[in-house]
Amino acid sequence: MRLSGWGRYPSVEASLLAPKDAGSAARILQNSEGPRMIPRGAGRSYGDSALATRVLSSRYLNHLIAIDQNALTIRAGAGATLGEILRICVPQGLFLPVLSGTKYVSLGGAIAADIHGKNHHVDGSFCDYVNRFTLLLPSGETAVCSHTENIELFRATCGGMGLTGVILDATISLRKVPSAFIDVLSIPAANLKDSLALLRQYNEKQYVVAWVDCLATDTALGRGVIHIGSHSETGKLTFKQKRKISVPFTTPGFLLNRYTMSGFNHLYYARHRLKRSVKSMYFDDFFFPLDSINGWNRLYGAAGFLQYQFVLPDHSAESGLRETLDTLSRAGKGSFLAVLKRFGPANTNLLSFPSKGVTLTLDFKYEPDLLPLLDILDEIVLKAGGRHYLAKDARMSAAVFRQGYPQWHQFKAIKDQIDPTGILGSLQSERLGLTKPGMRSSE
Amino acid sequence: MNILVIGASSAIATAVAKRYSERQACLFLIARNVSRLELLRQDLKVRGATRIGTHVLDLLDHEKHEAAIDAAIQFFGDAGIDLALICHGSLPDQKAVEKDFELAQREIDTNGLSTVSLLIRLAPHFEQQGHGLLAIVTSVAGDRGRQTNFVYGAAKALVSTYLQGLRGKLLPSGVHVMDIRPGLVDSPMTQQFEKGLLWSSPELVAEHIEKAVRRKRDTVYIPGYWRLIMAVVRSIPEAVFKRLKF
Repeated sequence: MRLSGWGRYPSVEASLLAPKDAGSAARILQNSEGPRMIPRGAGRSYGDSALATRVLSSRYLNHLIAIDQNALTIRAGAGATLGEILRICVPQGLFLPVLSGTKYVSLGGAIAADIHGKNHHVDGSFCDYVNRFTLLLPSGETAVCSHTENIELFRATCGGMGLTGVILDATISLRKVPSAFIDVLSIPAANLKDSLALLRQYNEKQYVVAWVDCLATDTALGRGVIHIGSHSETGKLTFKQKRKISVPFTTPGFLLNRYTMSGFNHLYYARHRLKRSVKSMYFDDFFFPLDSINGWNRLYGAAGFLQYQFVLPDHSAESGLRETLDTLSRAGKGSFLAVLKRFGPANTNLLSFPSKGVTLTLDFKYEPDLLPLLDILDEIVLKAGGRHYLAKDARMSAAVFRQGYPQWHQFKAIKDQIDPTGILGSLQSERLGLTKPGMRSSE
Repeated sequence: MNILVIGASSAIATAVAKRYSERQACLFLIARNVSRLELLRQDLKVRGATRIGTHVLDLLDHEKHEAAIDAAIQFFGDAGIDLALICHGSLPDQKAVEKDFELAQREIDTNGLSTVSLLIRLAPHFEQQGHGLLAIVTSVAGDRGRQTNFVYGAAKALVSTYLQGLRGKLLPSGVHVMDIRPGLVDSPMTQQFEKGLLWSSPELVAEHIEKAVRRKRDTVYIPGYWRLIMAVVRSIPEAVFKRLKF
């Protein structure tokens, strides 16, 4: 069947295997002959990190296993989504410490990409709350990994994009919350300098994110709205099943063009421009605004889209971001969504993305002239000492990857040791030089 | 609510059991695979089910049906069974099954006869307790025999017709019989198919089943637009229909 990531670029012909229990998953790996295979969770990484000729889906490994209200932990199968976990946790006053921009990511995917949220600057990334997980190794054996057992494997698998094995289940820490609501303060920022200053000013607050208007130019370059959130002390602890709007068809790509995007951005900015506002939002609306539109990725047209997310260290952030936005502006390529956040210090996982500084997320409708432009952006990012998020990547070169992730060779050494014949690999890992391209040789 | 789920590890049954668990239901689960049954038991417990019983049974083993149903009856005790959901099934390879009687017999047993066997044991108990709902998952495939899927369709039609009769028979006792006909469902059973617009998730099907149970519907198509689609399919004259290769 035709398979792609959430960005719908690229897509490949793949056979999808969805084992119903750990035993069947192990048998698939043990009898693994033929092309490489990659585990896949909910298919919410954007590019080609969960694409290969054969794909092992964890969708039916989605059982909740245990919740411990004293230890504040939950154990669940890798295919369970963060949404399903929240559905059980929120009514009990428990919450996931790190949430991505969608609740439809799987637990296994969240670990494999070591996802981050709007609170990285104070709370770190998802894997900082992973106590342990069961990993099905390429050999078909299982290994329990934690901060005390199989530590090297733990550090390689957290953020390791599914290349070290298939995560079967995981135990993660939860935190107590008094309410399912978030108090949100929204402040307009007139330009990039202003946006960055506000992000710094509110660095102690828990959830901080800036929406940036990429199409504004000159003195308004980098203008935006900063949203600052914290858990409300009041409000009910309910999980609401929200009504969703669906995008059942792929809309013609030309509907999202400079003019419609610029119009949207003007309206969005105008709504917040005059003054700061304070309101209470249901957590779902605050954390997952796009989840209310089912299949929003179809809005970018049949060719799909690419997300481009990078982090720059603090000292070069402003100049690097300015150069990036200028380059985009000159090329006439706006990003419909642009999100700016601050990251705290990096953790010790070998391929985890977040590191101290500022991160910008952009997305672009796929067009043939986009790829050379992104290569230019790569140079700006590397020159400023930054790196790119693998869960969003569909096109970066091995050289760019290696410069951004100096620990790549340690990762590769572990990978080669546990998977000597190269059973696991994705289109991305081949492109990044982490696995050999093409068919697996029969050594 | 006391709920008996037969074929509990099927995608639709699992989704239904999850929904009711969140409403603190008491469940008795019957399924073939021991380890999957245990995973499901843990899952439903986490979701809030108050009491869960399990029983391992291969539904092709008719002789063991009685013991399984007895175990369920005993588990719920005097409170009785409010809802029995029969949900097991398999989708045969039509090309293989139309050439091989033993294979065909097995598929008709799985998708048809085994349900009859279960109902023969369940119906008297429901009649005696004088309340409750028997909900059986059949399929839109039973509405008309298509050349690409008629063994499965015939088995499901067998059940649907059986239910029509049973419904009338149990009416005086206050027991309700519901025929659930899902359309295309994205589940392990249909893994090899390309999914399009008409496909539903097991979770959506479960949501509709819960609503239908509340409303005590007789025959329910899920989602509702399948009633219209199947009305059209049924209305095509046979002279034309026999030429349609779908």
